[in-house]
Amino acid sequence: MAPVKISYDARGLAEPDAQAPRVATIDDGAGAGRRAVFDAAELSTRQINLELRRLVYDEGIADVTILNPGAKHSIAVGILARAVITIDGSLGYFGCGLIDGPEIRIKGRVGWSVAENMMSGVVVIDKNAGSLAGAALRGGDLVVRRDVGARTGIDQKGGTIIVGGDAGMMTGFMLQRGRQIICGNVGGGLGDSMYDGTIYVGGKVASLGVDCVEAELTGSDDEFLGRKLGIYGLERPAAFRKFVCGRKLWNYDNLEPAERKLVL
Amino acid sequence: MCGIAGIIHRDGTGDIGSELTRMLQSMKHRGPDSSGFALFGPASDMLVMRIKLADPNDARDFGWADRMERHRNEIEARLAKLGAVIDAVHGDQEYSYRVRFSYSGELKPLADYVEDVPGCEVLSLGHSLEIVKDLSDAESVAERYKLRGFTGTHAIGHVRMATESDVDISGAHPYWAYPFSDIAVVHNGQLTNYHMWRRRLERLGHRFQSECDSEIIAVYLAKKMDDGLPLETAMKQSLDELDGVFTYLVVTADALGVAKDEMAAKPLVLYESADLVALASEEVAIRAVIGREIDTYDPYEREVLVWHR
Repeated sequence: MAPVKISYDARGLAEPDAQAPRVATIDDGAGAGRRAVFDAAELSTRQINLELRRLVYDEGIADVTILNPGAKHSIAVGILARAVITIDGSLGYFGCGLIDGPEIRIKGRVGWSVAENMMSGVVVIDKNAGSLAGAALRGGDLVVRRDVGARTGIDQKGGTIIVGGDAGMMTGFMLQRGRQIICGNVGGGLGDSMYDGTIYVGGKVASLGVDCVEAELTGSDDEFLGRKLGIYGLERPAAFRKFVCGRKLWNYDNLEPAERKLVL
Repeated sequence: MCGIAGIIHRDGTGDIGSELTRMLQSMKHRGPDSSGFALFGPASDMLVMRIKLADPNDARDFGWADRMERHRNEIEARLAKLGAVIDAVHGDQEYSYRVRFSYSGELKPLADYVEDVPGCEVLSLGHSLEIVKDLSDAESVAERYKLRGFTGTHAIGHVRMATESDVDISGAHPYWAYPFSDIAVVHNGQLTNYHMWRRRLERLGHRFQSECDSEIIAVYLAKKMDDGLPLETAMKQSLDELDGVFTYLVVTADALGVAKDEMAAKPLVLYESADLVALASEEVAIRAVIGREIDTYDPYEREVLVWHR
């Protein structure tokens, strides 16, 4: 077994003076655009992010591949430029958060809170994702080809989350705007306390959350589903069901909040 | 926050001491207060008891060293009085000992009699279970207790960020399921009906050594198993009867289990293969023992999984 660095410290702030390690191999690729690749196995979280930023911002390279990310946390966060970033492995928690613009492909799995607060861009995960995928997503597409954990798209305010497999409980919890396409089954409390937005489910729904109701699938929904699944080459389930907000929690009435929850 | 980790070699053995150290150390950021290991070495007819006589952060007066010595001798005398034949006594720290002995009687009176010595706590008791826990990070604890090279079949461990009780050995995980041999628990989360269960279990004669809510889980499972329930059933009942957020791991002489609460509020990443199962709060911990590219997943809410050897 390859030696593993034991004293890995996940807190990027532990290295306030870190510099980009300048280890990437840059291919000037005649005509096809410049590409860069670097191995993250021996780098800390902070060094990986500094190297990525150096390549994207300082070198202006629009195609970067990171090898051996080793499930480290907080990789590729805060990238605010158009670039194609390929991560050849798995990420830990908070990967690809706060991004605006890049197109990121992760060939492995991701932990909790991937693409949190993404403004625009595309994040495609080839395997599973943990809980809170796409938390507070504002725009762009987040695609998970296999299963996701609980509370997918909690507080989502825009964009589209597409899941090829199953999703856990409280999917779309407090969804405010945007769309979710879940091709497989979903756990209990789907769309609990959602304000707006749309959730499409291709499989079974364990139970609906407070103020989430089923709506009729229209022609434009059908066109949207076909188009989005087509872009990412995901298999379309036999039938989709559409869930939206029942809007019963939108306005105050003379009931106490606890009473209102009982009425619903 | 806390971090938990477990590993089970489904056939054969491994250097679980080093493996668990790497797993826990890679999650040091989840809790630097204390680290604990529950390791299953080769089973023998003899019992192994891990005890502590004091806490490392206790104030040390002039009589401290003498007192440790006296209390250790007292424990040895009490074991002999109960008919136990001591094979070996070994101390990695002056406040913490490993005692191996032959004994065929009931464990509860033995544990109670030993714990009656001032400051003494039985950390573990069993034919193959050994619990080692102390303050500071996993590498330091493994170094102090010479855990590298500890060969065995399965193990669980914990790095603690204390939120509910003191930073001391009594508050550190894993918890032994007193008075049952070879059962231990680690927990990530908070239990909100702790006091209710503690009063309930104390009335039934179970003992608590700490103010830590996690200790409930070990004693709760022990009670259920004492009632004749299999481990898996006891764990399933815990999903309804324990309130709060939790992901906990439990080990017995031949099994390793995990249970997640109904909100899936605490993380767990799982890697499963024909010969090895590794699970931890973060995937970095699994990567610390498996060098190659692997498939992992998060179990869902209310899942109870048990692997047998």
